[in-house]
Amino acid sequence: MAMSTPNAGNHPDALADDIVLRADNLRTHFIMGARAAKSVDGVTLTVRRGQTLAVVGESGSGKSVTSLSIMRLLAHPGRIVGGRLLYRMRDGGVVDLATLSDKRMRAIRGKEIAMIFQEPMTSLNPLYTVGDQIMEMIRLHEPVDRHEARTRARRMLELVEIPAPDKRLDQYPHEMSGGMRQRVMIALALACNPALLIADEPTTALDVTIQAQILDLMRRLQREIGMSILFVTHNLGVVAEIAHEVAVMYAGRVVEQAPVHDLFARPRHPYTKGLLACIPDAKRDRADDGTRKMLNPIPGSVPSVLALPAGCAFAPRCPLAEPHCETAPPELLNASPEHLTRCWRHELL
Amino acid sequence: MAAASASSVDSPRISTLILQRKTLAIGLAIIVVITLLAVLAPLIAPYAPGKLSIVNRLKPPSATWFFGTDEFGRDIFSRTIYAGQLSLLVGAAATALAATVGITLGLVAGFFRKADGIVSRIIDAMMAFPDILLAIALVAALGPSLATVIVALGVVYAPRLARVVRASTLVIRELPYVEAARALGVPTWRIMTRHVLRNLVSPILVQATFIFAYAMLAEAGLSFLGVGVSPEIPTWGTMIAAGRQYVGQADWMTIFPGLAIILTVLSLQLVGDGLRDLLDPRLRKDL
Amino acid sequence: MTDTTQTTQQPDAADILLSVRGLSKQFSTGSGPVKAVEDISFDVRRGQIVGIVGESGSGKTTAGRCLLRLVEPSSGEAIFDGVDLFSLPEKALRAYRRRLQIIFQDPYSSLNPRMRVRDIIGEAIDTHGLAKGAARQARIEELLTRVGLSPEHARRYPNEFSGGQRQRVGIARALAVEPELIIADEPVSALDVSVQAQVLNLIQELQRELGLTMIFISHDLTVVEYLCDEIVVLYLGRIMEQGPARSVYANPRHPYTRALLATAPVPDPTVRRERVILQGDIPSPLNPPSGCVFRTRCPHAIAACAETVPTRETVGSGHSVACIRQAELVETYQD
Ligand SMILES: Nc1ncnc2c1ncn2[C@@H]1O[C@H](COP(=O)(O)OP(=O)(O)OP(=O)(O)O)[C@@H](O)[C@H]1O
Ligand SMILES: Nc1ncnc2c1ncn2[C@@H]1O[C@H](COP(=O)(O)OP(=O)(O)OP(=O)(O)O)[C@@H](O)[C@H]1O
Ligand code: SF4
Ligand SMILES: [Mg+2]
Ligand SMILES: [Mg+2]
Repeated sequence: MAMSTPNAGNHPDALADDIVLRADNLRTHFIMGARAAKSVDGVTLTVRRGQTLAVVGESGSGKSVTSLSIMRLLAHPGRIVGGRLLYRMRDGGVVDLATLSDKRMRAIRGKEIAMIFQEPMTSLNPLYTVGDQIMEMIRLHEPVDRHEARTRARRMLELVEIPAPDKRLDQYPHEMSGGMRQRVMIALALACNPALLIADEPTTALDVTIQAQILDLMRRLQREIGMSILFVTHNLGVVAEIAHEVAVMYAGRVVEQAPVHDLFARPRHPYTKGLLACIPDAKRDRADDGTRKMLNPIPGSVPSVLALPAGCAFAPRCPLAEPHCETAPPELLNASPEHLTRCWRHELL
Repeated sequence: MAAASASSVDSPRISTLILQRKTLAIGLAIIVVITLLAVLAPLIAPYAPGKLSIVNRLKPPSATWFFGTDEFGRDIFSRTIYAGQLSLLVGAAATALAATVGITLGLVAGFFRKADGIVSRIIDAMMAFPDILLAIALVAALGPSLATVIVALGVVYAPRLARVVRASTLVIRELPYVEAARALGVPTWRIMTRHVLRNLVSPILVQATFIFAYAMLAEAGLSFLGVGVSPEIPTWGTMIAAGRQYVGQADWMTIFPGLAIILTVLSLQLVGDGLRDLLDPRLRKDL
Repeated sequence: MTDTTQTTQQPDAADILLSVRGLSKQFSTGSGPVKAVEDISFDVRRGQIVGIVGESGSGKTTAGRCLLRLVEPSSGEAIFDGVDLFSLPEKALRAYRRRLQIIFQDPYSSLNPRMRVRDIIGEAIDTHGLAKGAARQARIEELLTRVGLSPEHARRYPNEFSGGQRQRVGIARALAVEPELIIADEPVSALDVSVQAQVLNLIQELQRELGLTMIFISHDLTVVEYLCDEIVVLYLGRIMEQGPARSVYANPRHPYTRALLATAPVPDPTVRRERVILQGDIPSPLNPPSGCVFRTRCPHAIAACAETVPTRETVGSGHSVACIRQAELVETYQD
């Protein structure tokens, strides 16, 4: 199985010391007969040790498929068809998650990499108590007895600031509020001390005041435990709050990755720029007398993953597009040493 | 059949669709053949169904009598395909009745909270009895005849549909598009038909297919127990009932009408299952 | 019960299209009564956009549905153009249905999947006998064009559209009866930002060109600040704060409003805000706290807060707050 990794750099297997995960031109397709949904088709991103990488993009851009590819939990017709997912194990060894055996992958899930989902109700088993679920997770990966597992489970609930943890251990998921369930999900994910936490829209279903609590909790846990986080969201406000670095996805590709301040200060991809411009901002979009100015939406709509344009996927909507953009898919270019963009014309930004 | 062709427009996952269509197609094909045989019986049947021939009584299957003859020397093959007419008629008529009553009750119960209490209780009470017992009681009360059997079976199976329709109505009633219609001032009966019923076509169709099968089985059961249509009328049920005395001596008298029932019921089940899978919203998710 | 403090500067009465007074709605559930909306009052002036904000379960949708009589309110009145909508009999209500319309949050469940777009919009036209034959056809096409779709879309089914396009169909359906007031229940919450911007622009255009009045329900404070003229902040079915949007945003006076504004994520990593993170969860509406319903999460709560239900006090022109400590707290806010 020869894999093309055009942007892999000079040393394909080298992973700098501070990098926990690097996706190199990851491609995950859903193959349905003659058609292929190219849901992920060129995801290159880097998660640094102890940092949070926010993956942001609109619905259908491939954020969840990327997360599931890293966890190797893709549903049936979905398959990783190319690219690499280099992951640094806690013992220092580097593995390619894209080609790892299922057996070794099972040992990695939960223990090395854990995941939490948007809807905590559907990812917790309604038939078991919260305590049972955390204990099972611990005992799956570590040789401890029930009593010890329960003590650890209780500590986990304390860690995620759930009041009265002893009582909560014996409750079922439906007896808890949405925010509480998301805390339980985090406790469950962190039970075996993973090095990397993948959080797929963990606060999207929550109210702002509860979202603030969860974001605060995740930031604190990261400081204390030192884990790395891949945080999937579609909310640029949340990105600004939690991320050290940001990867912006559009139509299955990462079109830009940069440290959070650089990205917001000077986006180097017209899509990112367009996104930031269309979030309403009363200070910018309302005159002093209160009259509103129209927003500046990105014209058109996202292309279907079944029929992606040949060149840059954003070209049909891009104000900077030139004929070249429509035929040649842009490579990831360095706008600055730390700022990558998939735009031929990024210098104009 | 209309459903099958309509659903080809919005094709979901192709592989699964073809598989479902296979069972659906086989089921439908058998039903069509059986129906044709029954409808065209006068053209196909080698003998008149009632033609007696004492000399040839209890003859085993042969080239002359494909399915053998009965105790009066009547041709079982001819009788079986003629009996199909009535058996299918009973099934279809009972299903139509069950659908009319069931859908109406289900809609009313789902829409009007006051009516719901009573209707739901009746439905639950009726479904607590085994179908066949209820049918026997009804036929006994009304006096046995073809019409009574149809009415009894229609009444017995109506609650199944009522329950499906009520449950779905309760859900759909709360959906924003129904609220939108109410906010526009669309009259309730129109909301019921345009917004609720139209979205229930698939579950109703699936359920009706099963009811068709149950009703045919139940008709046979009633006849077998001697409480169904008059023994003179050839239905698959009365034929089996008549053959009962000759089991061991002339098994073909029961085997062939029995096979006819089994084949019909099985293929109806195939159609029902196929339709259910085909119309299952989980499989219809847009790509 | 009805409080009148909010209308210190008596606006021109003719200016007010809808005046809600003492609206309450109680649902009886298996586990007891839920006061989804409790004694809320506000005015909607012609041509304005009034924003209703609050977290989930605060009663935003219920309030909107009551105003349209999609659920029957438990008490209160809603004077629309001089007539109390809540006391209208069903028959008379039908005529008013044309004048008030609703747009829903979920672009998927708000359109009947079995109806073509022309039938969805046509139903609105037919119900009120607004046009027939060719005129009806023309009207449908005009509406589709108006909301940024094309006349060819008329024969399609909802599943052939994206979320943003469906929302446009929903808007066209509401516009079909030429309403004066539109209640938009989180119309852009389910949409991606780039689509959201397109729909927000459409809403504004319509509001401006057709002179529409709107109640815009949302939990997104950024959108509300941008779009709305007035804002009503709900918590557990009660109004916490209310007033002109600019005044409330510039000068939030209720601890809850302040917390909401402080926790709403802003797309700017350089903003370091005072972080008022509210502790705990929203209490169950089955068993709301006594006195001020916010007191269990309020960083400034004192014993007295459990005793009295705060009445709304005016703190500025048209700006009112339901907090017994609002006056003394102003100073702490200034630091
Ligand atoms: N099981 C599947 N079969 C076919 N296509 C799929 C499947 N799962 C996902 N896809 C497609 O892959 C694309 C990317 O989906 P994905 O769920 O990753 O988007 P997302 O960025 O997470 O969006 P959202 O913000 O809505 O969660 C979509 O176009 C989706 O339709
Ligand atoms: N039909 C009903 N029966 C019983 N309780 C109801 C009903 N509708 C709403 N409620 C309750 O009323 C309260 C207010 O609900 P409502 O839907 O109005 O809130 P909301 O502010 O619109 O919330 P969201 O942001 O989640 O849409 C909630 O506690 C809810 O559970
Ligand atoms: S009344 Fe008391 S509890 Fe309520 S907001 Fe004011 S200070 Fe907080
Ligand atoms: Mg997703
Ligand atoms: Mg709501």
